[in-house]
Amino acid sequence: MSYEYYSSLALVSSVVVYALAMFAHTAEWATALRLGVAKPVARELVDVAAIERGDGQQRPDPVNGREQPVADLLANADTNPAASRRVEQFGRMGVALTVIGFLLSVAGVLTRALAAQRAPWGNMFEFTITAMVFVVGVYLILVWRAGLRWLGLPVTMLAAVGNGLAVTVFYVAVAPLVPALHSVWFLIHIVAAAIAGAAFNVGGLMSILYLIKKRAEDRGTVRGYLERVPDSRKIDLISYRFLAFAFPLWTFTVVAGAIWAEYAWGRYWGWDPKETWALVTWVIYACYLHARSTAGWRGTRAAAIAIIGLASFWFNFVGINLLVSGLHSYAGI
Amino acid sequence: MTTIKTREPAAESGKAAGPELPRLGWRGGLRYLWTQLTSMRTALILLFALALAAIPGSLVPQRRISPVRVTDFINEHPRLGSIYDTLGLFDVYNSPWFSAIYLLLFVSLVGCIVPRIGVYVRALRARPPKTPRNLVRLPAYAAADLADGDHDGLDRAAAALRKRHYRVDVHSDSVAGERGYLREAGNLVFHISLVFVLIGVAIGVLFGFRGTSVVIVGQGFSNNLTQYDDFSAGARFTEADLVPFSVSVKDFEVKFETGPVQRGAARLFRADVEVTEQPGAAPRPEVLEVNKPLRIGDTTVHLIGHGYAPKVTVKDADGNVAFSGPVVLLPQDGNFSSIGAIKAPDARPERLAFEAFFFPTAVLNDQGPQSIFPDALNPALFVNVWHGPPKVETGRPENVYSLDTTGLRQLREADGQPVRIGLKVGDGVNLPEGKGSIQLDGWVRWVKLQIGATPGVAISLIALGFAVTGLCLSLFVRPRRVWIRVRGGEAGRRVVEVGGLDRADARAGLTEDVAELAAELSRRPEDVSAR
Repeated sequence: MSYEYYSSLALVSSVVVYALAMFAHTAEWATALRLGVAKPVARELVDVAAIERGDGQQRPDPVNGREQPVADLLANADTNPAASRRVEQFGRMGVALTVIGFLLSVAGVLTRALAAQRAPWGNMFEFTITAMVFVVGVYLILVWRAGLRWLGLPVTMLAAVGNGLAVTVFYVAVAPLVPALHSVWFLIHIVAAAIAGAAFNVGGLMSILYLIKKRAEDRGTVRGYLERVPDSRKIDLISYRFLAFAFPLWTFTVVAGAIWAEYAWGRYWGWDPKETWALVTWVIYACYLHARSTAGWRGTRAAAIAIIGLASFWFNFVGINLLVSGLHSYAGI
Repeated sequence: MTTIKTREPAAESGKAAGPELPRLGWRGGLRYLWTQLTSMRTALILLFALALAAIPGSLVPQRRISPVRVTDFINEHPRLGSIYDTLGLFDVYNSPWFSAIYLLLFVSLVGCIVPRIGVYVRALRARPPKTPRNLVRLPAYAAADLADGDHDGLDRAAAALRKRHYRVDVHSDSVAGERGYLREAGNLVFHISLVFVLIGVAIGVLFGFRGTSVVIVGQGFSNNLTQYDDFSAGARFTEADLVPFSVSVKDFEVKFETGPVQRGAARLFRADVEVTEQPGAAPRPEVLEVNKPLRIGDTTVHLIGHGYAPKVTVKDADGNVAFSGPVVLLPQDGNFSSIGAIKAPDARPERLAFEAFFFPTAVLNDQGPQSIFPDALNPALFVNVWHGPPKVETGRPENVYSLDTTGLRQLREADGQPVRIGLKVGDGVNLPEGKGSIQLDGWVRWVKLQIGATPGVAISLIALGFAVTGLCLSLFVRPRRVWIRVRGGEAGRRVVEVGGLDRADARAGLTEDVAELAAELSRRPEDVSAR
């Protein structure tokens, strides 16, 4: 039995466990439907209080998602304590499973590195499993530090799909690197890309959640689990934090890529499809940042741009690798 | 607006605009255009346009990247191809519309940034705004009782703010503090840096050059225009800019994956070369690898390709050697099936020419010979033979990699099939009809060197460093205003009030900071200093 075998075993198991975690979180959302509609009075009070304090800016650290829904929870707890307890149980189960899945995928990445005897970022498969470790790792830290459990469903879905695609579609057996990858920039460029990509993904998931929540708020149909999610303004802010963190890092990724390209291919910028789409992604996120400070564009439109940015990131990663031939094609995939 | 009447064109444009609108005049019109161009909304639209415009270049083949694929595309889709060609879709990144978008974007950027620099300089000298009457109305507010006998509360408040890097103004009953000036500085630095990045790129395009040269192992390259296989340079480049160095390739080592996974993938390219920096200088040995280019002054030499050059000897019908030496063939696939032409124009009485197919690891199957591995494990050369009357030397350059068969006739067997000769190393074969002979003496590798210089790149890289730093400052520095007031409370107690306001997105911890300030100030001075 080789490291490569254990790596595959751990990663396939992680997909299963992430899928179970996703089911647990789905059950969490489903049981939350039984909580009934919150008393509108409670919501009014929260909003009025926020307005009185000056557009709600007084609230503590916006990352701290535990603050806002207290009034709602109290209202709900009165109407259906059993359902409330079940929501809590499923949520905890989801997080516990996510932790197990995370440990399995970390083990998968590490044994893959041992099997290959190099940093495990030589192809799409290895990049995906590493990026998923960053995504879930960041999520778990936020659950622990800031009570961000409401992000559980989208994150576990992303992790299950990401690692699932990796072990099925993207999988390639362990092999050494082609000479173009023998460079210190291999570490710098790819790690930066993986971390920025993880942050883009988490930020993008939150932008989607923002749109859902905002729509429900505007229509006055905030029901079920959506009530446990912080208000849309707060989601927008957390999403912005992730994207604002990712954007300079992505800038650095592109610059580092350009420097490496000079060493490996003899030019800084050659409009290779991957380079082009990295720039397109960069420009879309630049749009996002500008939109947030332009009247009429903040909020819903900015969130939509962030989602387009995420789509562009994914197209660059999956579409360009599989559909278009370019210099970034390594190892078959 | 009265002066406008004396200006004919403006009056006309005023009419054209319709009677409802106020007349702007050309000056006002320009100012209007300028305001529109430099607005954030326009910048947003231009950014979108840039993202959209960059996309077709990644999906449609580009002339500057893969000219062969462009030709293939036009041959396959003649009508679509000509439409694409007219629109510049085969050269997106040099097309007028793409250039227009990014130039407008940069004009918009400059127009936005220049006034903001003035605003920022004034803001740098400005004092923090006066304390609002009602601190309770600020987004964050905290109040605490001052300790008894604490009379220097305001001084300590000012000190506490200064310690937290606020700019502080002390008023009669309150203190005003502001911090986070670096945010706008970072923002300006980022945008200005982008302009410098573009300037650096422009210098590189104007003064730079790039070319490639195929060098057979054992031979060399010296840096003058005649030695380049292809060469492109900027408008301001002159031949005198070429540094007169030379590189001779002593040895070239290649390794390919032989294991079951990714069999045939490249594992090592290493060329041992000798570099002579200028004529007469002592040559120094260097190792040239992928990711390890040679740098000679501003010029870089990259190893960007390799291939096979079979060594052949061609004798003519008279038995004289008409050609002898290595012939560079071009690889066609990952297993280095290579094609090219062997030409013996000096063969007499008839000149000879061969279409050459080289397979480093040759196998024969139904489709004919092919290569199944990129390394030379079982090299074989296959040739078709052409012959014809001697050609007058015209001195006109011709493609060394392909055979122009005008004036030539293909040698055929009795049954009409073309004569096809397969050769292993050391094999020699006499041509039919006594036309002569061809022998495969061996093979050598060749390397493709890319020689180029990109002046101005240092400007771009330094500017990018500044850009990333500025970006981080503009995203992570949080401008914040804090006011602290000491007032009389109930029962003769004195109360310290702290109010705070964040001036940018992603605010965090304002409430905590304000509460902490209030708590710190309410403690006895000795308690604070004792900590």
